[in-house]
Amino acid sequence: MGNMKLTLKVWRQGGPNDKGRIVDYPVSDVSEDMSFLEMLDVLNDDLVRKGEDPIAFDHDCREGICGMCSLFINGEAHGPGRGITTCQLHMRRFKDGDTIYVEPWRSTAFPVIKDLAVDRAAFDRIQAAGGFVSVNTSGNLVDGNALPIPKDDADKAFDAATCIGCGACVATCPNGSAMLFVAAKVSQLALLPQGKPESKRRALAMVEQMDKEGFGNCSNTGACEVECPKNISLEHIARLNREYLTATLTKE
Amino acid sequence: MALTGLFLISFLVVHATVNGMIFFNDGGVTFNEWAHFFGTNLLIRTMEIVLFLGLIAHVVDGLMLWSQNRAARPVKYAMEKGGANRSWYSASMGFLGTLILLFLVLHLWHFWVKTRFTGIEGYGVDAAGRENLFAVMQQTFRSPAAVIIYVLGCFSLFWHLLHGFKSAFQSLGINHSRYNGLIAMCGTAFSIIVPALFALMPISIHLNWIK
Repeated sequence: MGNMKLTLKVWRQGGPNDKGRIVDYPVSDVSEDMSFLEMLDVLNDDLVRKGEDPIAFDHDCREGICGMCSLFINGEAHGPGRGITTCQLHMRRFKDGDTIYVEPWRSTAFPVIKDLAVDRAAFDRIQAAGGFVSVNTSGNLVDGNALPIPKDDADKAFDAATCIGCGACVATCPNGSAMLFVAAKVSQLALLPQGKPESKRRALAMVEQMDKEGFGNCSNTGACEVECPKNISLEHIARLNREYLTATLTKE
Repeated sequence: MALTGLFLISFLVVHATVNGMIFFNDGGVTFNEWAHFFGTNLLIRTMEIVLFLGLIAHVVDGLMLWSQNRAARPVKYAMEKGGANRSWYSASMGFLGTLILLFLVLHLWHFWVKTRFTGIEGYGVDAAGRENLFAVMQQTFRSPAAVIIYVLGCFSLFWHLLHGFKSAFQSLGINHSRYNGLIAMCGTAFSIIVPALFALMPISIHLNWIK
């Protein structure tokens, strides 16, 4: 065990309709080699031993690829550090005696389920609205590699496809906009020949669903790009804007 | 926002060019000549109406986005480090826009209401015998308070443009690694040059650099 002592200011909320409040928790014996989630595990272990309700927070793979962990730590999505998720944030980023605020993602579209866990199903509904390619599985399926694709396009599509849908973009955006997420999901398909046939319908349907969910509007502050654990570029938002504008102007 | 914003930017170019004529420092003769042409030209007078419509559209659109964005985050963060990932002015466009709008009310009262409605015959004529809008400027900027308000208005415009100019291109989907540098450079240059030119007018008239 380590020897760091911290004060956590954690958002506690019993359920979706609870008011919620910040509760102070002292944590000791924190090692600088722990991830932020492991530090919360230590605190929760302590709370359980004392017979208190442990803090609910989302986590799954703990290696930065599932997009499940969230947390607004000391005023930033996934805490300080760039290109990382909360499970990749280590306690060495903090100093002994630090006070750390831990809050859930704040967005109308991401209602709090309990404490720090929020419901991100709005992202799934946006995906379901058009974030796919329709493939005929009648047995005449063409090998994806048989289609020539420029290397640059393939690379850009892959960069967009690295989005793990964690919601840090929404949490960070001063407007609560989901444009970086939608842009990544539209771009990864719009750049490839397989995605072209449905590109108009996709852009229109996904943006429509995004607005329906109650996300805010993009004002190009660029905050999402800075906080994105996968470094998704604003270039994709511009591509979404192009796709959406063209689709709006040319739809029948 | 992008389309109306770029339209309003195009107006700033015209406005700065016409008013820049005071820097000929010839007792306002060149400026009054240009102002007279623009004040009587049918095309420009029509564009004046389009300009007001553009401004109203920009403001209304901005207010709608502001209210939607507020609704998108009803519970604020107890701790938020905005400075870590965005410039303060890019996240304060509504506030800066409001300052500019308040300034515009005063600005229109100072000049537009006088030239269009109450008349400026009382200010006499210039050396070329034209109605003397330049004298109205001299009279207005005799007050140090007016000069300070105008300079503050120019600062609001500077920050609003510093984000707005390049943001408009991004919103229209114009983002290309080859041209992003050029757009950012033009945006920064425009945001500095135009407000600086405007700010120089009340200052130089107040300090009698221009007579």
